[in-house]
Amino acid sequence: MRGDGVGERRGLSLDEVRIGLGGRALLAISADVGRGEVLTVMGPSGSGKSTLLAFVAGFLPDAFRGEGRIRIDGRDVTGLPPHERRIGLMFQDALLFPHLSVGGNLLFGMPARAPDRRRIAEEALASAGLPGFADRDPATLSGGQQQRVALLRVLLSEPRALLLDEPFNRLDRDLKAELRRFVLDRVRAAGLPTLMVTHDEADAEAAGGPVIRL
Amino acid sequence: MNGSRTIGRRPAGGVCEPGGDGGRGEGRAGGGPHGRSLDPFRLDPFRLAPVVALGILVVPVGAGLLGVILPSLGYLPALGGTRLGLQPWAMLFDMPGVWRSAAISLAAGILSALIAFAVTMLFLAGSLGTPVFEALRRLISPLLSVPHAATAFAIAFLIAPSGLIVRMISPWATGWTRPPDLLVVHDALGLALIAGLVVKEIPFLLLVSLAVMPQIDATRRRQVALSLGYRPVAGFLKAVLPALYPLIRLPVFAVIAYASSTVDMALILGPTSPPTLGVSIVRWLYDADLAMRFMASAGAAMQLGVTLTAILVWIGLERAAATVGRALASDGRRRAADRSLTIAARVAMLAVALTAGLGLLGLALWSVAGLWRFPDPWPGELTAGVWQGQARALAGALLQTLQVGLAATLGALLLVVAMLENEVRRGRTSGRGTSAILYLPLVIPPVAFLFGLVIAAEAVGISPGFWLVVGGHVVFVLPYVHLSLSEAYLRLDRRWGAVAASLGASPGRVLLGVRLPLVLTPVLTAAAVGFAVSVGQYLPTQLLGGGRVATVTTEAVALAAGADRRVVGVWALAQALLPAAGFLMALGLPRLVWRHRRAMRDAR
Repeated sequence: MRGDGVGERRGLSLDEVRIGLGGRALLAISADVGRGEVLTVMGPSGSGKSTLLAFVAGFLPDAFRGEGRIRIDGRDVTGLPPHERRIGLMFQDALLFPHLSVGGNLLFGMPARAPDRRRIAEEALASAGLPGFADRDPATLSGGQQQRVALLRVLLSEPRALLLDEPFNRLDRDLKAELRRFVLDRVRAAGLPTLMVTHDEADAEAAGGPVIRL
Repeated sequence: MNGSRTIGRRPAGGVCEPGGDGGRGEGRAGGGPHGRSLDPFRLDPFRLAPVVALGILVVPVGAGLLGVILPSLGYLPALGGTRLGLQPWAMLFDMPGVWRSAAISLAAGILSALIAFAVTMLFLAGSLGTPVFEALRRLISPLLSVPHAATAFAIAFLIAPSGLIVRMISPWATGWTRPPDLLVVHDALGLALIAGLVVKEIPFLLLVSLAVMPQIDATRRRQVALSLGYRPVAGFLKAVLPALYPLIRLPVFAVIAYASSTVDMALILGPTSPPTLGVSIVRWLYDADLAMRFMASAGAAMQLGVTLTAILVWIGLERAAATVGRALASDGRRRAADRSLTIAARVAMLAVALTAGLGLLGLALWSVAGLWRFPDPWPGELTAGVWQGQARALAGALLQTLQVGLAATLGALLLVVAMLENEVRRGRTSGRGTSAILYLPLVIPPVAFLFGLVIAAEAVGISPGFWLVVGGHVVFVLPYVHLSLSEAYLRLDRRWGAVAASLGASPGRVLLGVRLPLVLTPVLTAAAVGFAVSVGQYLPTQLLGGGRVATVTTEAVALAAGADRRVVGVWALAQALLPAAGFLMALGLPRLVWRHRRAMRDAR
């Protein structure tokens, strides 16, 4: 793991990232996110928040131009395809694979060689207040339950960084606060550098980390 | 909103203004300069897929046309033709009735398309969104899976002088105690043929139109028109049709091309002296006199001209309609003989459904009929004897049909999925050029290029037989598989791929483990459509198989020339049931596989 002159930095670094669309500059950002830290990027819709996440995750559409480097623990991942970056992703929809069971969703993301995969998945569900849910059809879960499973799925895939794209947007207010606490606690406990985009001030406050406003 | 601030441990750059992204970029798989490592030496089969697929469509058509045009000018070394000349054309024009044949083909092409198009559009206009529409749609849709030949036989059995209709009204209404001496089927003007074509074309145009409705936001267009006081038909014609038509234009051309050149339906329903041009060409082709082959080539080139003329006439009608329509669209009149047009269209639709339904019932009845005296509406006795007698031959033909159909469908499906996956990965969809090429084999009349293709294939050492038939079927199956799968595949939420990849799934695993399972139902439907298309192919099977590949369709059509009705009933019914079985599996399998997955079961 070389640092390319940036040093052996722990966490997720966005190094002079610039994104343009059709010759027009859309956004420019430089930031370091330490382990267990949550950087919140705020802005109205259309400000390019989601495009930033797409660039970091490796899904920038052809129409956009992205420059700059993405580093994780000092390692440059900018040239890697999405599936080799080990950057987890959560959207406002849980996006549990509807053709797999709840347990199947968790196993999908877990490293294939992990021993006791099934037991680990079941324990993770139990720890999230969803004991015995492994064989359930995701469509039978409530919205909040689905989001919790989605988070477990990301965490069990052992990412090195996490991107949250308005992850609490779709939920009722009460549920939202509860889920936010759940997600942020888990993320900090896992020591993941996390980049969250949102337009909800309460999200930024709860995250407690630095905030960039677009 | 710009400004420097300190983020983490480093200064963060300011931010420029929004660019109207609104999140539409999120999760688009594939693209991006950093999205994948570029290695020019690594062959990516997915990037090759569109090239291969388009080649599969263009090369046979091109080679086939060449294989027709050169012999029509006297050049066919294999048969000793090495001198160029217009001799075959002179021979063709000397044939008695050739112009009449061409005229019948032309008229059948334009008239059947015109009637089918008008009925379909008026039915959509007046009935869309009503319970009557849903009921008739359910009756009509299954007809799409019935092969042309079976439909033609069904209609022939219905309208023949000794057919079901006459039996039902005789003798109490007609006084007939023996079949009247009327030439209803095979009538000289080709009216029976046109009727058969209309019955087969309406379900196609209806489903094609319904499939593109979401793209033009048809529901809201209608609502806007209605809220402005337009009656349904006037509102549809003025506010929906102008947007709808460009999207169904190529399917309409395909309908015209088929109708102006069909061989199997024309053999069963069409006039006989002279027959349609397509039928004449096939006759000349099988003539023992080799000189006739050259003339057949000229005939095939003429067929191409007839079909192109039919399409050009249609384009002329389009222009005229557009000119008139442009003036009418904004004249502010809110009604267009709404009530009578709506009723007429509904009656026509019901007639189509009844014709096909009763006709198929007639096939079934004849296949188990023992003695069936005229004018009894019901056979005197029922027997399984004919089915038993045909069982051996039927089993062999069914097996051959399955082999060809499954091989062609699988080949086309693999290519289409690879094409669509390539589009998803690269984050861009194919242009109009691709869809024009997809329609190429549907717009160029098969009879005009297929035996040229045989000649071209033999020139490079490929002899007619099973694999040439499979290849030929792929040419016709691929466009339909693409048309029926592409919408569902490309509409799939791209975030599925993004989530899977962020969990570490490779592109291959995303395809096999996520995308394909999510589109299982549309994939199976597309496969059923492809299989039905393959089963229905008469001419490609006959010509490319060199007479050695006998499917239910070639066998059934071969019975057109006056075989026992009971035997025809057995074969035509078998031909109709095979695609239906495919559709039943495509409907049932997902329900079985996803019985524990509610979201998958409820999805379409």
